[in-house]
Amino acid sequence: MMKLLARNRHSVQRLGYSLITLMAVVTVLPIVGTVLFILFKGGSAISWEFISGFPHDGMRAGGILPAIIGTLYLTVGTAIFSVPLGIAAAIYLSEYAKDTQLTRLIRLAIINLAGIPSVVYGLFGLGLFVLFLQFGTSILAASLTLSIMTLPVIISTAEEALRSVPQQFRTVSISLGATRWQTIRKIVIKEALPGILTGVILGLERAAGETAPILFTGAAFFLPRLPGSPFDATMALPYHLFVISTQVPEMPIQIQYGTALVLLVFVLTMNVIATIIRSRARAKRQW
Amino acid sequence: MVINRLMNKIEIENLSLQYADGAESLRGISMGIRQNAVTVLFGPAGGGKSTLLRCLNRLNDLTDIRTSSGRILIDGENILDPKTDVIALRRKVGMVFARPVPLPMSIRENITYGLELAGEKRRTKLNEAVERSLKLAAIWDEVKDRLNDPAVALSGGQQQRVCLARVLALQPEIILLDEPTSGLDPISTGKVEAALQELKKDYTVILVPHSVQQAARTADHAAFFLQGELIEYDNGKKMFTAPKEKKTEDYIMGRFG
Repeated sequence: MMKLLARNRHSVQRLGYSLITLMAVVTVLPIVGTVLFILFKGGSAISWEFISGFPHDGMRAGGILPAIIGTLYLTVGTAIFSVPLGIAAAIYLSEYAKDTQLTRLIRLAIINLAGIPSVVYGLFGLGLFVLFLQFGTSILAASLTLSIMTLPVIISTAEEALRSVPQQFRTVSISLGATRWQTIRKIVIKEALPGILTGVILGLERAAGETAPILFTGAAFFLPRLPGSPFDATMALPYHLFVISTQVPEMPIQIQYGTALVLLVFVLTMNVIATIIRSRARAKRQW
Repeated sequence: MVINRLMNKIEIENLSLQYADGAESLRGISMGIRQNAVTVLFGPAGGGKSTLLRCLNRLNDLTDIRTSSGRILIDGENILDPKTDVIALRRKVGMVFARPVPLPMSIRENITYGLELAGEKRRTKLNEAVERSLKLAAIWDEVKDRLNDPAVALSGGQQQRVCLARVLALQPEIILLDEPTSGLDPISTGKVEAALQELKKDYTVILVPHSVQQAARTADHAAFFLQGELIEYDNGKKMFTAPKEKKTEDYIMGRFG
């Protein structure tokens, strides 16, 4: 009787493990599937001309250079605003802020900021940057809008990275005659940097792939030339993909998938860089 | 007290303190601490020894304190005065912590960290300081060939002596040690204790020992703390052979603690 029960328990355990493993595998399938599918469908469209040329024939032929460059501009523009602000906010929250009503309000705001649908950011950007501040539909307005959307990601990951630096390092540094700011600069930020960078890249990656926030603030349907200043509108990969998939009749399907592939590679490359930074730092870490 | 006031490096006057979270506190502590001697603060956990140490270099500034009163005079100046230059104070009053905390950098950088913050840029001066302080902390021979290795790669006992050297590099006048050997093996402990006996020739050493035995071995003067109060303060020999207070005797004999 006991033996039977034991064997039974054993097989229940095995079944449980199998189920869990299966579920883990299932979560991998969509990502692998998506990548392979797009690679398979769009791989044939990729050529030097596709990457370095302008679209022509009503975007039904030619390349997607303006969209690639545009996304690059928007990503850099977003970084310029969101990275310094986000890191500064994270340093304040992690190193200086006491637990007061004000800091609780700030934290609440950050959490809620992360939960706002991206199209709402788009509308907000339209109202504030495009119309009120009269930046027009421009790279500047779109970058600022994307920055607001990216901030919560950067702030919360950077804050977490700063907090994970052991408290004793701060105490020891202070006891050796360092000021608080010297301690932050020479020890805390240095140790938290890989974590901060990872957060920054993940945040920017999201910004690079977003359509809704730039829809009303900076994205152009089609431009015959590259933008010349931050006040010009620009084409961008995600929006271009949306346009050629829904707005252009008789669009060759390879170009759609080719564009998707380029966007995917762009975003995944950032992701891989973040992963490399993280694992390198983990190997080198001295605590 | 038995100790001559003129010889005192530090004079603590009626010091009381309470943390905001209600942990360890100090009640009306008055004592003088002598120059060129090892003064040991001992007693059961939570008695206020670490708190007192952390008052002496104002490290308590980092903690939430509910109330504090009294004065601490170092060379006649009240360091609890809000106008005190705490950075200069902490260079003058160095601290070694219970667990060795090497900063995440090389052995050399650990030693030069404080000096560079103090504005010392000259390579030769820094190198001199590295050698001098590592020798003083009795660790030079073990690390001289690998000064650029990460300090965390050393053994616990070596790390703690590097931490001591790091404090010595700043040429402080007072050295505070908060159970510096609590995580170390007997051999490393012996090395640290021997280093302290050398150091007291030039410095004022204040030690919270990790055992009564260590207190008895190292103390020139000893102060027994119980629940935030200073019960007895005398020279080390008297304290550990013929304590005056019943509570001190009970603790030394191991009847509680």
